[in-house]
Amino acid sequence: MVTREETSRAIARHERKEAIRRGVRRVVVFLAFLVVLALVYTGYKAFGESINDAQTEWPVVGRVLPRTNDLTMPPIIDMITELGQPPQRNSSKPLAAFIAEASLFTFREAAFGFFFGMVLGLALAILMLRSRWIERGLSPYLVASQTVPLVAIAPIVVIWGSKSMGWLPFVWQPWMSVSIIATYLTFFPVAMNGIRGLKSADPAAMELMRSYAASRRQTLMKLQLPAALPYLFVAFKLAATVSIVGAIVGEISGGVTGGLGRLILDYASRYTTGPPRLYASVMGAAVLGIAVVGMVTVTEFFVMSKRREGSTTS
Amino acid sequence: MTEHETQSPSITTTVELDSVSKVFNLGKPNEVHALDSIDLTINNGTFVSLIGASGCGKSTLLRLMGALTHPTEGSVLVNGKSADQARLDRDYGMAFQTSGLFEWRTVIQNIELPLQLMGWDKVLRKERAREMLELVKLPEFGDHYPRELSGGMKQRVAIARALSFHPQLLLMDEPFGALDEMTREHMQMEVLEIWEKTGKTIVFVTHSIPEAVFLSNRVVVMSPRPGRIAADISVSLGKRDFDTRESQAFFDSITEVREALRFKESNR
Ligand SMILES: Nc1ncnc2c1ncn2[C@@H]1O[C@H](COP(=O)(O)OP(=O)(O)O)[C@@H](O)[C@H]1O
Ligand SMILES: [Mg+2]
Repeated sequence: MVTREETSRAIARHERKEAIRRGVRRVVVFLAFLVVLALVYTGYKAFGESINDAQTEWPVVGRVLPRTNDLTMPPIIDMITELGQPPQRNSSKPLAAFIAEASLFTFREAAFGFFFGMVLGLALAILMLRSRWIERGLSPYLVASQTVPLVAIAPIVVIWGSKSMGWLPFVWQPWMSVSIIATYLTFFPVAMNGIRGLKSADPAAMELMRSYAASRRQTLMKLQLPAALPYLFVAFKLAATVSIVGAIVGEISGGVTGGLGRLILDYASRYTTGPPRLYASVMGAAVLGIAVVGMVTVTEFFVMSKRREGSTTS
Repeated sequence: MTEHETQSPSITTTVELDSVSKVFNLGKPNEVHALDSIDLTINNGTFVSLIGASGCGKSTLLRLMGALTHPTEGSVLVNGKSADQARLDRDYGMAFQTSGLFEWRTVIQNIELPLQLMGWDKVLRKERAREMLELVKLPEFGDHYPRELSGGMKQRVAIARALSFHPQLLLMDEPFGALDEMTREHMQMEVLEIWEKTGKTIVFVTHSIPEAVFLSNRVVVMSPRPGRIAADISVSLGKRDFDTRESQAFFDSITEVREALRFKESNR
């Protein structure tokens, strides 16, 4: 008996180790890809620079492949060194500090957007689970909501936020409007995957709950929501990336300052005076995206570690 | 088949079906007459097996008793109440071919589930779940997750869960259908042991003749399309043990059930 206990504990330990090893492998692969990407970039840059006037008559090399210079493709080393330099003359802070501050600002908007989107999406999914009619009536509108271009809604939300939120116990800030814009994008994957996940509960388990005379609420909390978790985590990862996109686009089209969106807009408009700055700030956005998805993935690992999906090698 | 009494069923009657018919998709092109005028009375403490070819309505009959579906005609009484009321009163436990364990709950938490839904105190819950684990002989597996158990162990947990709130009636739908022969025979012994220990009424669906005969006091043979009761055979083998499966009485009962099944087959 003791040996059986020990065996299963050993298996659990092995699985944990496996999971950590898989995580490390992932990071290594990611870094290797980054190196490859940098090499490809640098390689093409060198190639594009070497195209000279004589070759512009050549069929592919001269006509199709664009020529490059430091303006179109700034050297990677410049992007890195630029991070340590102040982005404009009258400031003493390095570019990295600007990007970090802007990232945090955008992260806050995205985080609230993610949270409210999660709540709203789940609420909608549970509502649609309640009745077929609600689901049929609601889902076309949900889909339609996502086809409305963000640039059209963003200014409305920002104006509406600054004009009509006086009744709140706190002062409405422009970034809060951006969170609402992010919410507009994040609720959708959560609602759609949520309803699928809630319906994925094993029919035998549903009958079991019925045989226990379980209430709807009990069935939801004890069976349907836990069964939906794998689906929800897929949605949360989507929602996390989309919340960043929503926040950046929301900032840009709503004219909200302080975040990555505004920073990117600034550096884009002054691109010719310093191309590496734009590249660096876009990379800031990418890092932020990877970070938020990473957070969701880590949460998923801990929440799901007891489940088959979470702990078997696949 | 026993005569039914609609008025004041005696205390010894657990399940009473009175000319029950079940038609699925009534009035549609895919209409199915699953059951046709079934009369069946099951006395308290009996072990009854329902046997018949696949599709003859065994599961439907069991689900009617559990109020998971409702009769098109006729009435179903459980403990003298409507099946629905019995469900609300938690008068029965259920176990299916798939164990239906919640994979995010440990074994002990799975067994506690019905008690938790009924609002039991945490300490009492744990205590009862431990008792149940003893009953199904898995005392050391309480903190394991279902995925760490074999098929037979999962079914034992499912049975423990079904019995956790001490229902008098246990409804089982091919609970050992997915198990290998050896595990299956082992589980049969254990279910009999539980039955003897607890005195439950058990309705057991199977399509294995030896299983039905080995387990039951009574084998209800069903015929398909529409589902009817073809024969009602009592089995008296005394206390079951390892030799039972090799006894003459066992073979005689098997023959009797087999002939009842075949008779209906040729009579269609
Ligand atoms: N929910 C349902 N809808 C339509 N037909 C059903 C349903 N459940 C069972 N049936 C039909 O009723 C008949 C009896 O099914 P069932 O009780 O599952 O048989 P068994 O358990 O003996 O194999 C079958 O013909 C089956 O197709
Ligand atoms: Mg069946």
